[in-house]
Amino acid sequence: MKWRYFKQSFFFALVTLSAGLLLLSLGGLLTHVFLNGFRAITWDFLTLPPMDSMTKGGILPAILGTLYLTLGALAVALPLGIVSAIYLTEYARQGKIVRIIRIGVNCLAGVPSVVFGLFGLGFFVVFLGFGSCILSGALTLGILILPTIIGATEEALKAVPQTFREASLALGVSKWLTIWKVVLPLALPGILTGSILGIGRAAGETAPIMFTAAAFYTAKLPASIFDEVMALPYHIYVLATAGTFIDETRPLQYGTVLVLVGLVLGIDLFAIVIRSVMRKKKRW
Amino acid sequence: MTRRQKETLIKNTFFLFAIISLLILFLIVLFLFREGLPIFKEVTLRDFLFGNEWYPTYQPPSYGIWPLIVGSLIVTFFSSLIAVPIGVMSAVYISEVAPEALKEILKSIIELLAGLPSVVLGFFGMVVLAPWLQETFDLPTGLNIVNASLILALMAVPTISSISEDALYAVPKEFKEASYALGATKYETIIRVIIPSAFSGMTTSVILGMARAIGETMVVLMVAGGAAAIPESLFDSVRPMPASIAAEMGEAPFGSGHYHALFATGIVLFFMTLIFNLIADYVSHKFREEGSGTL
Repeated sequence: MKWRYFKQSFFFALVTLSAGLLLLSLGGLLTHVFLNGFRAITWDFLTLPPMDSMTKGGILPAILGTLYLTLGALAVALPLGIVSAIYLTEYARQGKIVRIIRIGVNCLAGVPSVVFGLFGLGFFVVFLGFGSCILSGALTLGILILPTIIGATEEALKAVPQTFREASLALGVSKWLTIWKVVLPLALPGILTGSILGIGRAAGETAPIMFTAAAFYTAKLPASIFDEVMALPYHIYVLATAGTFIDETRPLQYGTVLVLVGLVLGIDLFAIVIRSVMRKKKRW
Repeated sequence: MTRRQKETLIKNTFFLFAIISLLILFLIVLFLFREGLPIFKEVTLRDFLFGNEWYPTYQPPSYGIWPLIVGSLIVTFFSSLIAVPIGVMSAVYISEVAPEALKEILKSIIELLAGLPSVVLGFFGMVVLAPWLQETFDLPTGLNIVNASLILALMAVPTISSISEDALYAVPKEFKEASYALGATKYETIIRVIIPSAFSGMTTSVILGMARAIGETMVVLMVAGGAAAIPESLFDSVRPMPASIAAEMGEAPFGSGHYHALFATGIVLFFMTLIFNLIADYVSHKFREEGSGTL
């Protein structure tokens, strides 16, 4: 009898330990980045371009570049993703075509980010002739986060009780108006959360923009969507691997990492908070 | 326009958008092939996949990606060895053992961990883990299979943990209650009842975690070391497929054999992850529990 409870305690200790390990790794990583990075963060660091072959100065062009790329990706993925999801959950009869589209979207979600980069290079940069620029990068990132947005929107739409739709339709309201006035407002928080998580992902990706948008160094800030840009993740990669003064620029690297981590985790945390607030408010 | 016409118009427009999403997947495949297939004018499929020599810039060049495939498989295998137990056990903790108040916090932490940009993890592997490995084990370089596997494990754990947790959570309460009623302890219930019921979901999580590890680029680019040779020990450097693509695409002249070879490597990578995902999709549909009536 005692053996049974001993086994149980041992097992519980083991699973607690592994959860603790996760906590520790995130905590340790964030602490390390913060302790090494916060001294680099000054007003100049955030508002100046890099100087002296990137051994001094700031990261303003990279911050702006990431901002443009992310917003561009969102402008591509949001309308396409939300409308596709509405079709899949509200309109489509659950038959073969829907099954194929769904498998397609699932597969799209599993495609490695570097393959998106190759596609962006082959299609946007070369075939359509956009060259390496904000437009190509934003389109590539947009396609990358499309499955995230479709998935989140579908979940949110499915969570709206069927009876709400039936009540609206029974009053003689058309299908589209039912979706527009009844379903979408209720699904909005879920869609929002998913989209914000998508923004976080787009802001942190490196491989898809390496061949489609990112520049090693640009002297000027981007003026049009056909300009190459610097971006935070790529800047980290470049400073850490390709610079001539890798050790001297360590503080700059940590500073850039801290800015990127702060940005991405801030975005994710915002989404998580919205979701938990909305869940508490939910009345059905 | 009558109301009915308007409704039909909206429906068709929406259908068009949904088809565009599917079309994009098709375009990805199309362009990978368009840019990748020309390499097979220079080298046979067999020599490309199983050739041992990856010297794309030599004269004459040699395009054998077997060392890259082996590199990818090795880091994926060893990272799974670490990530699967930790991911699965932490999921069991969150779903079955953790106090209610801790559950939401832990789930959020896993979500944050999943959201960490891969370049940040790669950076961490380079500046913290690599020097430590190098000193502790007295190695020529800390950028090797062990380092890449550890960091990749950190990336795969959130995927495995969160999907496993969903699967465990979905096990009907009656199963648990029936087990307790028979006098089983919580441990026996988890091992004999809950985990077997959630097994398909947990398998899916492991496959998806591995798919994430095999396709991950920045980590292997930064910490795997980059040697395109079959490794002999765990402390050897490797050059997994995504690392090779990312590192060399910048230098490969457009339209050259090297350029096409990298796209062809992308095709191999694409199909590997596709197979992983299709298996995951199949497992999760085939063995889905449908309420307490079926077991």
